[in-house]
Formats: sequence, structure tokens, C-alpha cells
Amino acid sequence: MNALSIRNLKKTYSNGFVALKGIDLEVESGDFFALLGPNGAGKSTAIGIISSLVNKTSGSVSVFGYDLKKNNAKAKACIGLVPQEINFNQFETVKNIVLNQAGYYGMPKKLALKSTEECLRQMSLWDKRNTVSRRLSGGMKRRVMIARALVHAPKLLILDEPTAGVDIEIRRSMWEMMEQVNKQGTTIILTTHYLEEAESLCRNIAIINDGMIVERSGMADLLARVNKDRFVLDLASEISVIPKIEGYEFELADSKSLHVTVPKGKNINQLFHKLTENNIAVLSLKNKTNRLEQLFMDLVNE
Amino acid sequence: MNNFIAFRTILSKEIHRFLRIWPQTLLPPAITTSLYFLIFGKLIGDRIGSINGASYMDYIVPGVILMSVISHSYANVVSSFYSTKFQRHIEELLVAPVSNWVILLGYVGGGVARGLMVGCVVTGISQLFAEITVVNWGVTIAVYFLTATLFALAGFINAVFADSFDDISIIPNFVLTPLSYLGGVFYSVSMLPAIWQTISLANPILYMINAFRYGLIGVSDVDIQMSFLITGGFIAFLTLLSLLLLHKGVGIKN
Repeated sequence: MNALSIRNLKKTYSNGFVALKGIDLEVESGDFFALLGPNGAGKSTAIGIISSLVNKTSGSVSVFGYDLKKNNAKAKACIGLVPQEINFNQFETVKNIVLNQAGYYGMPKKLALKSTEECLRQMSLWDKRNTVSRRLSGGMKRRVMIARALVHAPKLLILDEPTAGVDIEIRRSMWEMMEQVNKQGTTIILTTHYLEEAESLCRNIAIINDGMIVERSGMADLLARVNKDRFVLDLASEISVIPKIEGYEFELADSKSLHVTVPKGKNINQLFHKLTENNIAVLSLKNKTNRLEQLFMDLVNE
Repeated sequence: MNNFIAFRTILSKEIHRFLRIWPQTLLPPAITTSLYFLIFGKLIGDRIGSINGASYMDYIVPGVILMSVISHSYANVVSSFYSTKFQRHIEELLVAPVSNWVILLGYVGGGVARGLMVGCVVTGISQLFAEITVVNWGVTIAVYFLTATLFALAGFINAVFADSFDDISIIPNFVLTPLSYLGGVFYSVSMLPAIWQTISLANPILYMINAFRYGLIGVSDVDIQMSFLITGGFIAFLTLLSLLLLHKGVGIKN
């Protein structure tokens, strides 16, 4: 069964801006799905409509077979949303924020208390349960929103840029948490601007641009389309002339840093061999951009 | 069952909110009304004598109580629901399977609870200045609840349309307060010139205050049935309007 089915979804705002031009999208149950796109592409509008925060202009959305219009309550009960911006009561305690959300989903008090404790422990927030939320750090606030979204055990978790603005340590712990939640059977839809995040976590992907889906495929299939890799070489000594080696493109970033483009299938050992012949010693090598980033830029610029 | 739990959650959150900030919500009306009773009722009232057979102090007590109920049931919903919009935690309710009528009932319930609690505080203080024996408990309690409900609904609609904190203070300052003062809290409309008596009859608050006064001390300038009809009519209209606004997502959805 599909966790999410979107048919010909359109949205025109009252100021005339057309945010969605008729998108179709299906996400399978259990998937870890990336919905990517540049700013203003229509991601947040699509997520807003799926989570009932934005009124659609036309089209249909169904969640685990429940039409959002005809079976609104059942469809909503399947969804947990972690929005982009902090949207809880800053004067409320951490525990009450999560507990109240359980109440809105109709969970009996005893069950709500149990689930609240589990979610707060999972997010390492149990020690902060009686803290007023405005006193939390940015990373903790994001984890409160995840705990709140998980408290009613949703079958579909939508994370709208959950790691924006958090430090790398918290980001990594959130990745682990997301993988853990997905392994437990929850379908996850993730939007993010950190493409390495999408690349490492998600199995399927859709790219939205200018209100339309411009790509929908498996992550592995999409990455297989990358036909060249770009590397940054840190050199042992300064060079002033760009080397000319057949089959590779070079660009001098500075006197001790060389960018090289390697076509897919080309042997990288040969590159080092040729560089050695040119008396160029390489200290280290790293990817200039990740593979998904290259594809993303190509697709949205088409 | 789900709707009942959601309603209980919203109501308890709302009650908890105004109790937590009791120095802002429950203490000021106690002080203000004490001054009303002292200055208008005791110091000036002794020189005015009686109105429609009641002492001036007894005459103003029902109006002062109901005026507090009106302003606080309105203020609770308008400030709470607007803050919910402003801080965007209205989204917590919108994403959840909570029916629109449950959201409305929860917030209005919170407003009614605060209005009634403030009414009880003011009633308690009034007992220090006047000895009132309730003439008709049924009318008194019904007007008490209906008035709190009506103005909680009005506060909800104000909050739905409000775009700034200025917008939530305009109606209370420039509409509610003048209408309350001109609704016969401190005087009988029969004391006014004929033209002003007619104009006063267009003020719905006049009917509520007089119905409440009838329930408490058995004195009224207007027909009680008409009072209930007007109050009930407004409640029905504002309820339908609120549900329509929620259904369309006015002020809360894009």
C-alpha cells in the first residue's frame, strides 16, 4: 500500500502565485523518501497541503488509502509533522507540549503519559521534561518537535528540514534517530537542503522545481546517472601551470589546490601516475561536491 | 471519544493558562470592582438613594459582575487564540484529527471558565458591600453562562481576523467597554431622555445586564424573554460564523 498518493495537486495562492502546477507523487509504505527542491519550488506548500495546514486549489491527496477530504480524521491520524520552524508554545513545558499533542490525537491520558515519556526518552529530553520550552537550545527545540510528532505513533512522519541550523553533532544524532524510526516501520518523507543527508538516508527521491516534479526515482538509480566526479587535490608544493593530461579536466583553485573532473569509469590510479610524471605530489583528495548535488543542480537548472 | 479527549485537552490547557497567570487574569478585576463598589456604590451611591426600589449599591452589583464576565470571557479567548496563531502553535491543532467544533468549544469553554471565575471573584467582593439574596437562580445562572459564551465567541472571531496585537485591543477598548458602560450598569435607562432610551435599546448588553439584574434582585428595564431571545440569537449567529471561518481556514490557513 502507498503511504502517500498525490494526484494532480495544484495550489494557487490568493496573490496569484502558482506554487504547485499539478503534481503526482506516490510514496510506498515503509520508504525513506527525499523530497528535494530549491527554495520556493513548492516543497513546503505540498507538505502544508498533505498536513492540512494549507488549502489546496485542486487535486487529491490520500494517506494510507484515506482521502484527505473524505476521510480527513483517519488520514490525519496517520501523519506526524515536524515543521521547518519552531511552532510550539514557548511558555509551555516540554512534557506538556508533547502530552497535549497526544490529547489532540485522542489518546487516553494513561497511554498519552506513557507515550510522552517514551518519545522524550528517545529524544534524550526526559531530563528536560519540566523545563519551559523557550529555555531550550535550538537543537533541543527541534527534538521536542520530533517527539511531539511521534507521540501518537504516526505511520507517516514528514520532516520538513529538520536539521536546518543545528550543529553537526546533533544532526548526526538526528540522522540515527530517523533511521531508527524508519526501521521500526514508519514511512518518512524528508525535505532538506543538505543533499548528503538525503543521499545517505533516503531510498527514493523526488525533485520538485517551479511547482512541478522534475525527477522521481530510486536514489541508487539516480546516482548511477552521475557521469563524472569532481575532486579537490591538495598539493605538496606550489604549481603555476595547469597540467595537461588527456581524459581529465583541471582547474587551478590556488597554487596548492587543484580541481579535477574525472569521467565515470575512468581509472583514478592513472591520474595519480600521470601527476607523478608531471612532478606533482598530492597530499590529500576529497570530493568537491557530492554526487546528488551535481544531479540536483543539473535537474533544477534544466 | 477522540473528540471528547481533544476537547478536554484544549479546555484544560486554557484553564491552566489563565490560572498560571492569575495576577494578570484574576487579581485586576478584584481590585477594579472593589473600587467601583467603594466609589460609585458606597461614596456616591449613598447620595443617589434608590433606583426602582433597590438601593444604589444593590442596583449596580449585577451590572458590575456581568461587566467583568463580559470583558474577561472576551479577553481570554481573543488573547489566547491570537497568541496561538501568532506563535503558530495553532498548527498543532490543524494537523491533528480535531473537528472544528471541538476547537471552538475548547477555546470558548476556556473563555467561559475565566469569565465565570472572575464573576465569582467579583460576586464574593460584592458581598463585602451589599447583601444580595438571589431572586431567581435559574435566570441568574442562565444569563451568567449565556453572556460568557456569547462574548467568548465574539473574542474568538476577533482573534481569527486579528493580524496584530493592536487588532485584539480595538474591539474591547472602543466597542465593548463603551457598550458595557452604556448598558445600564450604573443607571436605569428610565432615567435617560426618551431619545436616549430608544437608542439604548439597540445595545444588546443592556438586555443581558437587565436580565442578570432581574435574576439577582428582581429589577429590570427590559422584557426578560426578549433578553434571552437576543442573547440566544447572537450565540447562534456567532457560533455559525465561527465554524464557517474555521472551515474556510480564515486567518489560520494559507
